[in-house]
Amino acid sequence: MKKLLTAFVGSLALASAPVAISAEATQSLKLAYDADPVTLDIHEQLSGGILQLSHMTFDPLLRWSNDLTFEPRLAKSWERIDENTMRFTLREGVTFHSGNALTSEDVRFTFERLKQSPDFKAIFKPFSELKVVDETTFDLITSEPYPLLLNAATYIFPMDKAFYSGNDKDGNAKAAISKQGSTFASRNQSGTGPFKVTSRQQGVKVEFERFADYWDTASPGNVGKISLTPIKENNTRVSALLSGGVDFIAPVPPTDLERIKNNPETSLVTMSGTRIILFHMNQKRFEPFQDVRVRQAVAYAINQEGIAAKIMKGFATPAAQLSPAGYQGHNDSLATRFDVAKAQALMKEAGYEDGFTITMMAPNNRYVNDDKIAQAVAAMLARINIKVDLKTLPKAQYWPEFDDRAADMMMIGWHADTEDSANFYEFLTMCPNSETGTGQYNAGNYCNPETDAMVDQANVETDLDKRAALLQDVEKRLYDDAAFVPLHWQDLAWASKGSVKIEPILNVMNFPYLGDLVVE
Amino acid sequence: MLAFLVQRISQALLVMFVISLISFSIQDGLGDPLQQMVGQSVSEAEREKIREELGLNDSFVVQYLRFAGQAVQGDLGTSYFYGKPTLEVIFEHLPATLELVIGASLIIGFLSVPIGVYAAIRPRAWLSKFFMGISTVGISIPVFLTAIVLIQLFSIGVTVNWFPPETGWGSWLNGLFSTEGGMPSYGRGDGLVHLFGTWHSGFFSSDGLRHLTLPAISLASIMLPLFIRLIRAEMMEVLQSDYIRYAQAKGLAPHRIHFLHALKNTMLPVITVGGVQLGIMVAYTILTETVFQWPGVGLMFLEAITRSDIPLIVSYLMVVGLIFVVTNTVVDLVYGLVNPTVKLTGKKA
Repeated sequence: MKKLLTAFVGSLALASAPVAISAEATQSLKLAYDADPVTLDIHEQLSGGILQLSHMTFDPLLRWSNDLTFEPRLAKSWERIDENTMRFTLREGVTFHSGNALTSEDVRFTFERLKQSPDFKAIFKPFSELKVVDETTFDLITSEPYPLLLNAATYIFPMDKAFYSGNDKDGNAKAAISKQGSTFASRNQSGTGPFKVTSRQQGVKVEFERFADYWDTASPGNVGKISLTPIKENNTRVSALLSGGVDFIAPVPPTDLERIKNNPETSLVTMSGTRIILFHMNQKRFEPFQDVRVRQAVAYAINQEGIAAKIMKGFATPAAQLSPAGYQGHNDSLATRFDVAKAQALMKEAGYEDGFTITMMAPNNRYVNDDKIAQAVAAMLARINIKVDLKTLPKAQYWPEFDDRAADMMMIGWHADTEDSANFYEFLTMCPNSETGTGQYNAGNYCNPETDAMVDQANVETDLDKRAALLQDVEKRLYDDAAFVPLHWQDLAWASKGSVKIEPILNVMNFPYLGDLVVE
Repeated sequence: MLAFLVQRISQALLVMFVISLISFSIQDGLGDPLQQMVGQSVSEAEREKIREELGLNDSFVVQYLRFAGQAVQGDLGTSYFYGKPTLEVIFEHLPATLELVIGASLIIGFLSVPIGVYAAIRPRAWLSKFFMGISTVGISIPVFLTAIVLIQLFSIGVTVNWFPPETGWGSWLNGLFSTEGGMPSYGRGDGLVHLFGTWHSGFFSSDGLRHLTLPAISLASIMLPLFIRLIRAEMMEVLQSDYIRYAQAKGLAPHRIHFLHALKNTMLPVITVGGVQLGIMVAYTILTETVFQWPGVGLMFLEAITRSDIPLIVSYLMVVGLIFVVTNTVVDLVYGLVNPTVKLTGKKA
């Protein structure tokens, strides 16, 4: 308590007089994730690991807080000046690890680099330009009204323009983004974040040190050094925590939740996640799925609650729709609808009382318990006389099969990069169209022009209430149409030693804000 | 001698050629490397562009010829994941694996010879029976189970409450069966000493040795029973032979007979088997390295497979093929030294 009080008083004093906080940041933290960042270039790949790194060594303009609202970071404030333009004001006195000061030019450089990145360009497609007004003011302009402007701005982690400009010693541009071979940006970093990378051995260890001139002097964080070790094997990761080898692990496998919760020396934090796991029913491959009654029968035959309780050991939230609670499209009126009698009646009505045989595929190392879930679904379908020929594959082999739409029912898990419902529809339920790129992962070939038009409309609707109503309506129609079989949202879990206070820094996006971490 | 080496080198080249051809031809079954390199929401058109840049759209023959052309110049390609030449990646990970194999071999060597010899000389002693029993159990437990049990016992620790803790003997027995834990359960630790090139060694610091202990024991646990039994069986056979009986009749001291005359002939087949097993052990490290997050080539290979990092997979297989040929060659050479009647090229003595 006394410690907490001094920390509090200390941070108050620091807030009024900007003094380097690093003198206090004396704790060290040993961290074990299931993988380490594949590169130091935060624009090379859009993945959870890279975003976690971005939040350690860079800072976004604004970030998500625990309750899914926006928290200002490098942008001090923002205001809408017309339908297509948002004006941002940057915080003053922010420096990069290189010592350069942050200006609007750096943000523009970053924005343009994002538009070049194969992985990020899709998120920034609605944006036409970033216009610098002065050193600390800039306008973010979209080509038409865009309701998710701020969501996208959470992906802008300003990079040091001076540091990433020019050529490296081999004569290659320092700003180049490449998936193959190493680039300057994949080996070097200069951000504004709380930590700097001091050494990195890929696949073995990454070490970080707190940045002495970090701008956020009000941050309670007191971790001075972090070493991140990738431990892929679940058992080994848990053992490392239990034996005291590491202080903080993620993810925690469902089988070990009890063990960690009951251990007096460790603490566990779980959260309902936003990644939806579902099965598509391919109408193009298998004709009976074109009949809405057959699709509904399948939807009624699946016991989501049972899967969440028995297979996921309570480590999942049963789903009846795509959007998790908190998303604009989340429709409270939609409930899971397990009812075998109803399902059998629907099959009879559709003329398939004797059932049929379908093929099913699922990965076996991509999502938590993915192969067991598929087996359970196959068993549930057997009760309405649907015989399932199930094949599970490692993810490396599964995705090519998925791209070929090689089975009548295929599993996929999806997390919306924009933290918004529309993203689910665009990729999973809209009519597949290789021109516009919609429905890229719609392995059901479900196509409903009506709901598609509503999603398009929502994408330009800036009145958030109207937009929410539209998206919730889409969700309801997809439910009634049984466009797919939702299973659950996978929960998230982290575990740490008792002295590492992880709870305040965790969020549903799974970007631990390690800069603010307090170790007692 | 020279002819023998030339023959072996040409064999090695042939082996590597065949491996490269086979691993190249199955690459379509290894999955799409692009899936691991781009985010899920990247468009198909964008993927196609990257696929084209990486040359993944070319035909098998074109891809193989391009690979072979670079391979003869010593360039086996660039790993997708590491962004570095595959050989460089392998040589960065190889020292960790070699140290693990050396550690395990030392354990096997120092334990199997005395135990095996003892069990052969005194086959009816209860200690021999105990060792034989243990080795039967040891040979039938899979390595990852051994590893997990070792971690539970010596890293996490076990507290036993089987006996009444309020009595003196009870708490003493509880304490006897409980373990403290505290041994490192993953990785190689921070105390690595740089030797040369990419070789950072854990042999020269207590922290490094502590990290090596559990993985080396688990890896040794599969081979140790085999070697104890092999040495015991060979030794028992040798002890029946005429020259040993003659030595006994002559009245030589038993330790001279056992350790000078009998052991030498016992070791001949052991060396052959040992050499082959050493190569197999490099392959077995995949399991051990995964459980202990040991940053060696085994773990690297397994992750390369899950990431469909095809250049790295192909290079690893070729390097392992080379290691097998080299160890076999060395075994043959050593065999010649131990038993001068063996001629390398198979000509008459």
